[in-house]
This record gives sequence, C-alpha cells and structure tokens, in this order.
Amino acid sequence: MHHRGTNKIPAPTPARPELVKGAVSVSPEISILQIFTTFLLIGATSFGGGVVAYLRSSLVDKHEWLDDKTFVELLAMSQSLPGLNATNMAVLVGDRLRGIAGAIAAIFGICLPGAVLMYVAGLLYRVHGDRPLATAGLKGVAAAAVGLILATTLQLGRKSFSHASDLVFVVLTVIGVNRLHQSVPRVLIAVGVLATLWYRPRRGGQEASGP
Amino acid sequence: MNQIPALIRVFSYLSLLTVGGGMAAFPELKILTVDVHRWLTFPQLIHLYGVGQMAPGPNMMMIVSIGQWVAGLPGAVVVLIAFFLPTALLTFIMGRLWTRLGKWRWRTSIQRGLAPVSIGLLLAGCLTMAKGAVTGWVTAGIAVVTFVILLRSRINPALLILGGAGVGLLLLRA
Repeated sequence: MHHRGTNKIPAPTPARPELVKGAVSVSPEISILQIFTTFLLIGATSFGGGVVAYLRSSLVDKHEWLDDKTFVELLAMSQSLPGLNATNMAVLVGDRLRGIAGAIAAIFGICLPGAVLMYVAGLLYRVHGDRPLATAGLKGVAAAAVGLILATTLQLGRKSFSHASDLVFVVLTVIGVNRLHQSVPRVLIAVGVLATLWYRPRRGGQEASGP
Repeated sequence: MNQIPALIRVFSYLSLLTVGGGMAAFPELKILTVDVHRWLTFPQLIHLYGVGQMAPGPNMMMIVSIGQWVAGLPGAVVVLIAFFLPTALLTFIMGRLWTRLGKWRWRTSIQRGLAPVSIGLLLAGCLTMAKGAVTGWVTAGIAVVTFVILLRSRINPALLILGGAGVGLLLLRA
C-alpha cells in the first residue's frame, strides 16, 4: 500500500515527433479520401465491439500510418477523455494525418456503416418488434449484451487497476449511480475529484499512501 | 410536436457522459429517453441496445434508431451529430493541447483518478441495463454464459449475441 499507484497508461512521450507534434499534415501523400475509406472499412467490419483491435491492425500494421507507441499514446488519451474510444481515436488519428479535414473524414467514415445499419434495424424493429418471435429473440440478445458489457468492463478494469483504493472508487461510483440515484455527472465530478486528489502529484516523487 | 430541439439537448448532454465508454451514459440515457421524454419503453431501449452490440463500428449506434423513431431521417442525423460532435470537438482540442500538458503534474493524477471512476460508471450502466434485461432464469443464464465464455476465449462477441437470440427464440417465447 505504500507506493503510489504506478501509472499503467504510458506517458505520451513522442516516439516520432513529426507525427505527434501539433497537427500539421505530416503525410501529404495520404489523401482525405484514403483516410475516409480506411475508417469506413474499419467501421463496416469491426463486428462484435473491440474496435480498438481493428484500428490497430489497420493503422499500424496494414497502412503503417502510426507506430505502435504513438497508437498506445493516442489510445490512452482516447480513454481518459469523454467519448467513445472508436470515435476519439478517429478524431486524433485523422488530425495527426491531415488536420481537421482528416479528423472529419475519419469520424464520418467510422460512424457511417453502423449508423446506416442501426437506422435500418430501428425501422425493422418498429414494424416487427412486437411479434412474439422477435421479442423472444431480442430478450436473448439483450441478456447476452449484459454479459458482453460486463466482460468488457472487467477486462478494462483488470488493465487499469494497480491500487486497492481503485476498488473503493469503483464501488463509490456504482453506489452513487445505482443506490443513491444521483445523476452521472454529479457522481463523475464528486468521485472523480476525490480520486484525482487521492492520486495528487507528490513532491519530489516521494513514496506516499493516500491522505 | 417538434422533438428535434429535445433530441439535440438530450444527446449532446449524453455525449459528455461517455467517460470510459458508451455504457457510462446508459443510466442517464434510460432516464431521459424512457422516463422523461417517453420516446420509447425500457424494454425497447434494452432490445435496441442489444441489437446495437452486433453492429460494427462505435458501439452506441443504437441512438440512431431512437432518433429515427422520434423524428425520422432528420431525427437520426440530428442525434448522430448531437451525440458525437461535443466529444469529437473536445478530443480534437485536447489532442492538440496534450503534448503541452505533458509536463503538467496533475495530468497523471486526473488520468489515474478517472480510470476507476470510468470503470464504476460502466458497471453502473451495466447494472441499470441488467435490471431490465435479466428478468428470469433463462436471461440470467444467457448473461452469465456469455460473460464466462468471453473471459475464457477470444470468440467474436457478435456470435455470442446471436447465440443469445437463438436461445431466446427457443426458450423465451411467451
């Protein structure tokens, strides 16, 4: 308990400064259309969640637009900002590649296939959702989704936990929302500030436990 | 009645709550769309959310279905923009400031502090959804089996959701 939680999210030190610094278009050979189609393909094929894995294999392995280190840095940033990982990554990567136009092309591309699909699914559900057969199937779908989200949350938690106090903040958050029925922003700010103060910067890298 | 302004308000607000993932906003999504605006019922919301887990791309695309229900194609477009623009702008700005914040000592503290809170928010959203989705032994079984399989294998989750649909068709017919 006497060491400060080691920060599992790597500190963003630029691996390739030309890719990380600012947001000037560093790769003029990558066109906006290329960015759009690449993210469109990721948006259309990343079935079953886990968009991050698809992003990595496309951006790092296939296109070599980013190196692994930069990818992890951008991912860490995506995770600590509000917004979905997939869209945050699209904005950050798009911006690194071609500035604001790249960011717009990337987020539009990654959202479009799923949006069209859910538009159609919504239409179908409105018409056929009341049929007993559809309802039976959908109950199973929703139940499986609960299992999926719980598994994803647990896997995410495993990666970011390094300190017993983390568990306290998780429990406080859950109690705030589910038991005390406080609004999400209220709990986010209250527990967020508390947790941030707990992990506040210590002078001279001193070993320190919580307050 | 024109619902577009309400859609914009609700979904741009929800946008900023998605800390750690879309599920973090689920409790508020439920309150605002089901209880406050009555755009759909809780079971409908849960069904759509479940279906949304099978769609590729960012996993909150079920919001498009809600927009479509409330106000047709314009509703769908408005919801999409309202839900993604605020966080996209924030991320864009922070992305450019990030390197400058690199030396700010509190940045690490905020990152460290927000990590468990975001896990808690995801868990809270999951519990809210479970209240509506797990209604008996069969649904509880589907959820637990899906959970266990996902922790033990690298199977594509979309297949398990389809499996859930299959079990539902067999066992949950009223």
